[in-house]
Amino acid sequence: MLDVFSIVAKRLGFGLITLLVISLIIFIAVELLPGDIAQAVLGQGATESNLAALRAELGLNDPAPMRYFNWLKGAVVGDFGVSLVSKESVTDSITPRFVNTLMLALYAAVIAVPVAISLGVLVALFRNTLFDRIANVLTFTSISSPEFFLGYILILYFSVKTGWFPSIATVSPEMPLFERLERTFLPALTLVLVVVAHMMRMTRAAIINLLASPYIEMAKLKGTPAWKVIVRHALPNSWAPIINVVALNLAYLVTGVVLVEVVFVYPGIGQLLVDAVSKRDFPVVQACSLIFAATFILLNLAADVGSILTNPRLRHPK
Amino acid sequence: MEFLHGWMPAFMVLATIAGVLLAAVAMSWLFRALLVWVLPGEGSKVMRSAPLTASFGLFVIILYALAGIFAPWVAPYGESEVIASSFAPADDKMLLGADQLGRDMFSRVIFGARNTVGIALIATSLAFLMGATAGLIAATRGGWMDQILGRFADVIMSIPSLIFSLLLLSIFGTSAFVLIVIIAVIYAPRVFRLTRAVSGDVVVMDYIEAARLRGEGLWYLIRKEILPNSKAPLIAEFGLEFCFVFLLIAGLSFLGLGIQPPTADWGSMVRDNATLISFGEITPLIPAAAISLLTVAVNFVVDWMLYRSSGLKD
Repeated sequence: MLDVFSIVAKRLGFGLITLLVISLIIFIAVELLPGDIAQAVLGQGATESNLAALRAELGLNDPAPMRYFNWLKGAVVGDFGVSLVSKESVTDSITPRFVNTLMLALYAAVIAVPVAISLGVLVALFRNTLFDRIANVLTFTSISSPEFFLGYILILYFSVKTGWFPSIATVSPEMPLFERLERTFLPALTLVLVVVAHMMRMTRAAIINLLASPYIEMAKLKGTPAWKVIVRHALPNSWAPIINVVALNLAYLVTGVVLVEVVFVYPGIGQLLVDAVSKRDFPVVQACSLIFAATFILLNLAADVGSILTNPRLRHPK
Repeated sequence: MEFLHGWMPAFMVLATIAGVLLAAVAMSWLFRALLVWVLPGEGSKVMRSAPLTASFGLFVIILYALAGIFAPWVAPYGESEVIASSFAPADDKMLLGADQLGRDMFSRVIFGARNTVGIALIATSLAFLMGATAGLIAATRGGWMDQILGRFADVIMSIPSLIFSLLLLSIFGTSAFVLIVIIAVIYAPRVFRLTRAVSGDVVVMDYIEAARLRGEGLWYLIRKEILPNSKAPLIAEFGLEFCFVFLLIAGLSFLGLGIQPPTADWGSMVRDNATLISFGEITPLIPAAAISLLTVAVNFVVDWMLYRSSGLKD
């Protein structure tokens, strides 16, 4: 067991270093701004005196390394400074929205993961049949479609034509859970469609990869029924790649929500980021980028750790 | 009855999907037969064994290429020509009606093939140029250069591409040139990884050793020995990267941060005309459908190429 801990700890340390480098990149990217933030904010209306005032207010007179450490110190304890546009604390505007985004992603994941894995097993079982071919074409179409296309199709048919679900996903913290689930059903379904297609393909590929192994041949030769070969013999050995794919898709969910949130006007962090980018509100852009990157890295780490834990050969290294 | 009424659109959707799939199957079969008949020797043989999905993909790609190249001749109006009132309905002069400023929607969809696909192609090519060159150099040189390039690629790839491009666009502004460079920088590491892996396998071959002993330079090794032997996966990778880049550009344009007006572009067309959807119109979905159709087509062809080059026969 000790070995597992050291492997996991090593991965965690590596993830932390990556995150640190990314924070540096995010900081330096804003430094690359022609002129500086004060000039970008004031634009045409910049005069000597208000430039100097804004620079003092934003602490731009300190040298860059010192500002980086101050920013990083704030970020670690959850303080991202104040927004350039609304002058409010960035953390206060991000927190409720981040919760919303996580809820949407979780909602989609809870539906998508079981559906994708069982469908993946099914298409592996019925591989090279008409069912498999149609599934292949449909999943390819779903992966290849931009999220906003799927989102608008769902709005058109499930909201405008039938009126089953609302097209705009407005939520508030005090809304009862059931109503919330109903209101966010269409954005969640959009995400589910994209993610299921991908996970299903990978599950199928992971299982089919194993089917050429001698022990599967053996199971077939001793007369085990086809579904049992897949479920009892192939599936346990494909958990590692499947868990990997699930974690990667969850990472995708958290970042892919940006477009879906804009389509459904959902008050999440993605929409905040897009607004901040068009208003050039750099503290908000930096904070959102860092949060997205951190979530992404965390889920990638989870993928690594998950595949170690499900693989006995990695769990008990010789 | 109320309940049944609600289900009718669902049946309609299913019937439409089935109809479209059938039509696509028939068309791809015809197109494959045509290619088998038209193409000379080797090409005809290759096409005969191609799956229907691949011939469908080829057909769509050729169609888009023609629409893009000959856009000014195919489209009835210019891309920023105002010819009607805003959101004017379709008539015999305007196939798909007018957009939010009264420009012909059909002409703009055609011009979108030139602009959106063109920018995606340029960005992918640039990413390929940078990534593949770095990958080939890293594989042949090895040592510290390989290490530094590898770590650099790791870091860029660990930031989600949409988020990274939003961050960079907020800083450098949104012009077509900036967009192309940013996207190329974000996608180059992926190309680098693959090129490094593929050519890493080639570099250890005896014939490379022989060429090195002959005293051939780095450039010769890359061009004459490594590149020809890693061509197939690289071409497939180009197709895949193109899909990612294309979807990213479409997404950014949809967010209003990609290709800027008045250039006709599929992503921003969806956004600008989205209000029509709440009136039950499907016209705003047409540019979006154009995006997914091309991506599907490229994916189908890439899938077929990978299958051919891997020699998998399951």
